[in-house]
Order: sequence, then C-alpha cells, then structure tokens
Amino acid sequence: MPTIDLGAVPLRELNAALHALPADTNETHWKVINPRGKHAIAVGLDVPVTVEVEGSVGYYCAGMNKKATVVINGSAGQGVAENMMSGRVHVKGDASSAAGATACGGLLVIDGNASARCGISLRGLDIVVKGNVGHMSGFMAQAGNIVVLGDAGEHLGDSIYEARLYVRGTVKSLGTDCIEKDLRPEHVKDLRRILDAAGLPDVSPTEFRRYGSARRLYNFHIDSIGSY
Amino acid sequence: MCGIVGLFLKDAKLEAGLGEMLEGMLVTMCERGPDSAGFAVYGHETAGAIKLTVRATAGTDLAALATKIGKSIGAPVEAVLHDTHAVLSLPAAKEAAARAALASIAPDVAIVGAGRRMEIYKEVGRPDAVAKRFALSGMHGTHAIGHTRMATESAVTTNGAHPFTTGPDQCLVHNGSLSNHNAVRRDLIRHGISFQTENDTEVAAGFLTYKLAQGAGMREALASTLTDLDGFFTFVVGTDTGFGVLRDPVACKPAVMAETDRWVAFGTEYRALVDLPGIDTAKVWEPEPATVYLWERH
Repeated sequence: MPTIDLGAVPLRELNAALHALPADTNETHWKVINPRGKHAIAVGLDVPVTVEVEGSVGYYCAGMNKKATVVINGSAGQGVAENMMSGRVHVKGDASSAAGATACGGLLVIDGNASARCGISLRGLDIVVKGNVGHMSGFMAQAGNIVVLGDAGEHLGDSIYEARLYVRGTVKSLGTDCIEKDLRPEHVKDLRRILDAAGLPDVSPTEFRRYGSARRLYNFHIDSIGSY
Repeated sequence: MCGIVGLFLKDAKLEAGLGEMLEGMLVTMCERGPDSAGFAVYGHETAGAIKLTVRATAGTDLAALATKIGKSIGAPVEAVLHDTHAVLSLPAAKEAAARAALASIAPDVAIVGAGRRMEIYKEVGRPDAVAKRFALSGMHGTHAIGHTRMATESAVTTNGAHPFTTGPDQCLVHNGSLSNHNAVRRDLIRHGISFQTENDTEVAAGFLTYKLAQGAGMREALASTLTDLDGFFTFVVGTDTGFGVLRDPVACKPAVMAETDRWVAFGTEYRALVDLPGIDTAKVWEPEPATVYLWERH
C-alpha cells in the first residue's frame, strides 16, 4: 500500500500520482499521512481506488471525485467533496461549510457535524450527516438527498428546487419556499437505500421528516409585478 | 481574503513561547494576506506604568525621541525599539502629557496602541518578513492576535494594516469587508471619533471605541456590530484579559477555534493551528454565526 507523507512530499506530487493511475491499477489502497490541514488533497480522482487520509484536511478535499473512495480520519475544511460525480467520501470528524457543494452523484457521509450551507446547490449527490447541519443547508439544491440524523440550523432549504431533505431532529427554521412534505412509501424506500449505503441499518427511515420545495419560486407570479 | 490568528494561553509555562507560536501561525496565513501584517502582544506590565506603542518612518531615532519626551514630561521614558516601532513605558499618570509632548515634538510619529500590557506592531510587506522585522518570535506574554492582510476596501498602507486599537489594551482585527462603513464613519465623526484612513476596519474599531466609551462591555459592544455594521466579517478583538470572536450572521468568512487545557486558539484556517502543542487531541470547532465568544483570564 503506497503511503504518502505530506510532511515530506509536495501535495501536487500526491495528486499527480493519483491522477496517473490506470483504471485497472493494482495500487488500490493509498494512505496519506501528515495532511496538516492542507487544501485540495486527493482532488479530481477518476479511478476506483481508496485513499485514506490520516488527520484533518483543508479546503476542497476529494473535490470532483469520480469512482474513488476517500476516507478522512479527521475533520474537513470548506467544500469537502464539492462537485463530486460518483464514488464515496467519508469524513470521520466534522465538515466545515459547503460540504458536497454542487455535487452530482455518489455518497458523502459525515460522522460528525457539517456547518453552514451543507449541500448548497446540490445536483444529485446523497449526503448523510450523522450530527447536525448549519444554517442555509440545502440552499438552491436541485437534486439528490440530504439526510440529517441530528438537527438543522436556520433557513433550511432556502430557494430549493427538487432535492429532498430528511431531518430526524429539529429544524431551527425553513428557508424561503421550503416546506415540510409527507413522507410517502417511496421516500421511506429511498431513505432506506441511502441509510444502508451509509452503513446505518439500525436507523429507521420513519423517524425522519421530509422537506422540499413548495415550487412557488419556479415561475414569475403576476401579483409580484409591483416588486420589480 | 485576509487571515487572522489568535492565541490565548491558560498555562503560564507556555508564555515564553507565545511569540514563536504566533509567528508560526501568522506565517502559515501568508497566502491569505500577503500585503501587510500586524499583531498585538499582551506582555508583562509594570505597576503604575503605561506602554505607548509608537510608529515612525524608517530611520527615525526613537530612542532620542523617548529622551526628549522624558524631559518634557519630567519623568523617565523607557524605550524598547523594534524596527520602525518603539514601545515607550512611562508613568500612567503622565500619559496625557506624553501624548501632548509627542504631538508637539514629532507630529509624524503615530501612536498605534496604548495600554498597561498591549503592544501593537504592523507594517506593509509579507507577513513572514514583517514578523522577522519585529522579532515576534522572541516576544513573551499571555495572549496575542495577528492579522495578514489582502486589501480590498482601501489602499495597502501601514495605517490600513491591522490591528486597529479600540481603546486602552484593546484592539481589533477583521477578515471581510464592510459595505456601510462610509455612513457609519460620518456618524461616528459627528460623535467625536477621529479616523486616519478610508479603511472599513478602522470604522469597525471606531464603532467599538465609541460603544465602549458609552459604557458598553466588550460583549455588548461586539454584539451591537451585528445591527449597525453591514457586510462580511469575522472580528477578533484583544483585551487586557483575553480575546473575543464574532462572525456575521451569514458566516462566509472562515473561522476555526481549538482549545486544550493549556491554550485557546483562533485561526482563519485549521492549518494555522497544526503546530500548536497537543493539537491532535484538542477540541476543534467553528464559532457559530452571530455569536459572541470571549475568553478571559481571571
């Protein structure tokens, strides 16, 4: 198993080595030590390998990820897994703001809390946060799911499109055009799938409440003409 | 951009290493603010004395200036020189006389801070070079805050560098930008607060100075910025007993705190904190938006 010590090796070398891997590489498990909060660790991966980072990382870790599994044995700075396309990213600690921002697919699991704007402009990724999420989470989220086992901060789902938000705890407040919706059987089934994928077979989907778009912002409303 | 660091020691055994630890933190934040840098160090105090940190243009004989002020006020003025700055120690009762003497003898020399314990240093240049010029690594004390600046709202000048003092033993550093600073400045000028620059942070400092002068405590003064100042900010303030943190309600500007039983630290980014002793087992968290945090030594 290759081990890269970021205390000794420049970050660019790590990312270049990971980008150079062929799809059928036998080097399928990488370890990164001494990340020291550096930004852009293991970004842009495009092969089904596992990268384990021993410690806390800075911004954009595992951004643009495709196919790879990135495990962070620590906390993550802003924009972890931003714009990821597929694969799996697992943060064992907390995540800073904009976790999973604009991401299109795959699974992001955060064992701790995620701060503000978790899943902002989400486009298809499934995010599971075992702790709480901060304010403005799910802002303008278009597709995908945000599953929160703890509580959500202020203005959840502000200006949301068609992403689905599931919260087991309390919601401090809902954002503009975000409403609570019924948890129908198809949602229970989908939530079961996501929770199983996140390794949470004992968590019941029926303990969650679902939130989504009231779709009042989709079209221009003639009654609002005076506001322009 | 901009970077902020802060370190508050609970364990007195670490005090001799305060400057060295803060320098490491500040240098890590170079990339966030390569224009200029500054820091406030809360060092030892002498009973009955006050310290004035003064700044002059390069080449000014600040030791001779201290002697002249001493003669003028009829009391000894001790000067500790640090590059373009000097810390003048004099009897607290003579502060007003010393300020008047300085204004008369050397009107171009600015007072950047005053207090029983606080010393402020700031200059234009890369933060690592600024820290070296002032020999930050050799400074001791109980707590310190520092700033690396990437100018957005006003020019890159020494006067525009942070920290800005808000009163005796108090100072402010800021990451962000204020959008209503011109209006607030005009209002504060009407209330007798004076300004030296077009800088937005100086307005925030002036605002806190005004609130504190009106009798508000630091917690209350900081909280009032949430209603009166518009814009993005993470503020860190230094006081004689500790430091405080406040983020605006949107909290776009990053902030990380860490705490062990030996210290409390603030960094704009986590990587500023990675060399602190015991960081691997420290409690690490992000300050909540619109929430005032204060750490004080009792």
